[in-house]
Amino acid sequence: MALLEVRDLSVVFQRKGEKPFTAVDGVSFDVDPGQTVGLVGESGCGKSVTSLAIMGLLPRRGNRVGGTATFEGTNLLSLSDNQMRERRGRDLGMVFQDPLSSLNPVISIGLQVTEVLQRHRGMKGDAAKRKAAELLDKVGIPDPTRRLSEYPHQLSGGMRQRALIAIALACAPRLLIADEPTTALDVTIQAQILSLLKELVTDTGTALVMITHDLGVVAGLCDEVNVLYGGKIVERAERHALFNHARHPYTHGLLGSIPRLDAPKGEKLVPIKGSVSDNIPWDNGCAFAPRCPNAIDDCRQTMPVLETDGPGQLRCHNPVELADAVREGAR
Amino acid sequence: MLRFVVRRLLQAIPTLFILSILVFAWLRALPGGPAGAMLGDKATPEKIADLNRTLGLDQPIFVQYFKFLGRVLTGDFGSSLVSNQAVLDEIGFALPATIELSLTALLLAVGFGIPLGYLAARYHGRLVDNSVVIGTLVGVAVPVFFLGYLLKLWFAGEGLGWFPPSGRQTTGIDATEVTGFATLDGLLTGEFDAFGDALWHLVLPGVALATIPAAVIVRITRASVLDVVNEDFVRTAESKGLGRQTVRRRHVLRNALLPVTTTIGLQTGLLLGGAVLTERVFNWRGIGYLLAEGIERRDYPRLQALILLGAVVYVLVNLLVDIAYGIIDPRVRAR
Ligand SMILES: Nc1ncnc2c1ncn2[C@@H]1O[C@H](COP(=O)(O)OP(=O)(O)O)[C@@H](O)[C@H]1O
Ligand code: SF4
Ligand SMILES: [Mg+2]
Repeated sequence: MALLEVRDLSVVFQRKGEKPFTAVDGVSFDVDPGQTVGLVGESGCGKSVTSLAIMGLLPRRGNRVGGTATFEGTNLLSLSDNQMRERRGRDLGMVFQDPLSSLNPVISIGLQVTEVLQRHRGMKGDAAKRKAAELLDKVGIPDPTRRLSEYPHQLSGGMRQRALIAIALACAPRLLIADEPTTALDVTIQAQILSLLKELVTDTGTALVMITHDLGVVAGLCDEVNVLYGGKIVERAERHALFNHARHPYTHGLLGSIPRLDAPKGEKLVPIKGSVSDNIPWDNGCAFAPRCPNAIDDCRQTMPVLETDGPGQLRCHNPVELADAVREGAR
Repeated sequence: MLRFVVRRLLQAIPTLFILSILVFAWLRALPGGPAGAMLGDKATPEKIADLNRTLGLDQPIFVQYFKFLGRVLTGDFGSSLVSNQAVLDEIGFALPATIELSLTALLLAVGFGIPLGYLAARYHGRLVDNSVVIGTLVGVAVPVFFLGYLLKLWFAGEGLGWFPPSGRQTTGIDATEVTGFATLDGLLTGEFDAFGDALWHLVLPGVALATIPAAVIVRITRASVLDVVNEDFVRTAESKGLGRQTVRRRHVLRNALLPVTTTIGLQTGLLLGGAVLTERVFNWRGIGYLLAEGIERRDYPRLQALILLGAVVYVLVNLLVDIAYGIIDPRVRAR
């Protein structure tokens, strides 16, 4: 059985006097124990909202959440606030995008680590501090004992994100959700943080949901990748399949916009034309149609459904032919 | 820390020096003078000139100023032209009354302001919030003296008669003076009836003086809490599964209090102004009382001392606020 089974998850934001807005629309995916699953798509496609809904961290008012997120047999979405507080930090950990704003500026790093140990492990005083120093050491923070009494502004961006990873993994959760954990960091630091995450989840057997807009991040990390567009999954594939013969035109667009080290000099990146705001709602056809090079008439009339496609899944009326995909992949 | 305090105090010296010149010039630019006020109806130009000569006010202003400065540096602010008492003695006698009143008002303002502001933010957009917000709008708009008279009318004397209408102590009560702080003295000497009596007298003027700062503190706390709950670190705290109380106290409130601390400092400065009016309404023999009388009678020595004293208090209060700020915000401490 999967560790986490998300089924038909939907999130609708509804503010007074505004039209309801569906940010996540019928999303389903599984995460097996120890597996790393990617959630990929351009900004605004619903990645963060998906993860916040699973964690029970959406704003308390102004939204409706549907579907289920079953974690070890329990539907997290049906739990009470208090029951969720028991699980967050213990069974489910989360790392966010901006490490500076994600740490409390007026509280020492030490307390920010030990408070989660105290909450779920009942550890206090010196025992908690020793454990916290051990955790900081494990995520590669030098001189961890001294760092405990320091404050976030005294750490570099990379060190802050390491501290946040230490906090998220402090109680050895079985699932870690990382929402663009490297987006706010320098390129060199990004690679370090990614390899740290990979090492930690491999060592501890923690399952990882990796959220990113950057397929390059997925390449070295994920076993399976879900590509999101306009709140829906448009393609799901195993990592190699995705990179070698992606079938969805949007995935192709994303692949075209990753810088490749082996690309011949002078080859230009091909960004996807248009932007997420050039959307049509899914119920009038395919939301990607206005930007899609493959669009056919059908795309503007009927909504494509997510169907099994070889080993993966695909939502498209006119996917990229395998032969083209292989050729492009070999380019 | 000590270096910081010393540096701040040294920085204040030039400010005080310049202020002393401005005050000196400003007082002498006021229409009328102490001689006219002292002589009243009997004033004739000759008598006024005579008296001015006796008081040394006929000399050029800079000569007067340097004499004044020389005496001040030895700790002598001269004697009041109204009471003939040494100005510093007068102030020493009135100061505890004002401090007692201001502290009461400050405690009331902070004690009600922060919790109410927090409650309003927690029930944002609901009835509690709306009532509190409307309350603060009224609170900041009501002039202190008007509120003072209303409170007297309703709750003192001819109204409900729950509280004494004026003064600091019931006349004839057997209270021993130790520090001049009526409540503290009651406690120190074990005269609990005197303590209760002093407290009773503090209620109405305390409330009148606290209203504006309380309303301001409510609004700042509310706005600040509403900002902080949307901060990423609060979401991180929630992602750790911390208890609701821990999230609120440790993560929301602590950060939300940063701007509130600054506000409390600013309000303390304004409180001194409000104290003058409140003391007048409640016949409270404090600094405000001395000041009002001093202005009417053009009592230069007293006014010079009072204004400089006010500036010193202002500097000290701001220093305290900065120290408090440093305690709750490590980013400031580091600088
Ligand atoms: N609290 C909210 N209220 C209303 N709309 C929201 C809220 N949070 C996110 N959205 C909208 O939901 C969509 C998906 O957002 P998000 O999941 O944050 O995107 P991303 O994939 O970049 O993480 C966006 O259009 C965003 O504007
Ligand atoms: S359904 Fe049509 S418009 Fe949508 S991605 Fe496929 S080809 Fe493009
Ligand atoms: Mg996001």
